[in-house]
Amino acid sequence: MHIPDGYLSPQTAITMMAVMVPVWGVAVKKVREKLKKKDVPLLAIGAAFSFTIMMFNLPIPGGSSAHAVGAVLLAILLGPWAAAIGVSVALIIQALIFGDGGILAVGANCFNMAFVMPFIGYGVYKLVRGSSDPMSGRAIFASILAGYVGLNMAAFFTAVEFGSQYQLFKAADGTPLYFMYSLKTAIAAMMSEHMILAGPVEGIVTGLGMWFVGRNYPELLGSAKMPSMLDDLSLEGK
Amino acid sequence: MFKQYKKLWLGLIVLIILSPLGLIATGTAFGEWSTEELMKEVGFIPQGLERLADFWSHAPMPDYAVPGMEGSFISSAGGYIISALVGIALVVAVIALFSKIVKE
Repeated sequence: MHIPDGYLSPQTAITMMAVMVPVWGVAVKKVREKLKKKDVPLLAIGAAFSFTIMMFNLPIPGGSSAHAVGAVLLAILLGPWAAAIGVSVALIIQALIFGDGGILAVGANCFNMAFVMPFIGYGVYKLVRGSSDPMSGRAIFASILAGYVGLNMAAFFTAVEFGSQYQLFKAADGTPLYFMYSLKTAIAAMMSEHMILAGPVEGIVTGLGMWFVGRNYPELLGSAKMPSMLDDLSLEGK
Repeated sequence: MFKQYKKLWLGLIVLIILSPLGLIATGTAFGEWSTEELMKEVGFIPQGLERLADFWSHAPMPDYAVPGMEGSFISSAGGYIISALVGIALVVAVIALFSKIVKE
């Protein structure tokens, strides 16, 4: 899901960057206000986890591949704003050092995987978990579903960014200037890969992560009445 | 940084060791094809794409490989693990630095 340079027009790439600047601004402000010093290692582990889980390429029949991102697990544990920071740091280092994802495209990649994904995943989790205990079956199911939906929404936005290039930017001879397949093709390919394979893996990774953290550090999940860090960094703030 | 959450750090180490499993998937992800792959698959390279594709050519470890360790599965697995370690060290350093700046 890491868009390389050249697949997006400079206009699109710069627009996506311009969208991310205020998101990063608010995220930094929220993290400054709400993240306690003792939570910093958790954010570091979370960002490192996201970095590593993205290296687990899953083979897709037909010669393609896809991967989980881990952004929803971070969003549930640290709040979506901290997740946005953590996943953005992972994505920027992947682009700069490992050539995974473009530099011009880093705004788009962060928008998809470090903004859309953690926020949608966080919303799904809150909605489905309701007020149930964080280690209950319902809460674990909520985290699995949140991972699944979050990754698929990131894939959907990626597909729209790809496909819109084909519709919008053509050379004088009519050939596509950047991404070379139609919006329909991009959505069909991205969504089938992520709905059938990468999405379920993201769900399992999110559910297992919640279970592992909850078993070893139950205080990080809080209780049903006191969601502790869960709401500390949420949209509403306090 | 490393005193707390020992079990989470340990979990991360397990993931690093298992990371070469990600090398089994040799296919290129949708929309991430190199210009050579595009030539083979699509038959042409879009003009704008060709112009921008090498915008950043300074990545020291492209494709999570250590230069000189690309040969067999074992050596590329080693390169992949080293890449994970380098990446994680940088991620942790950036978060630590970031936290220091915004918290003080």
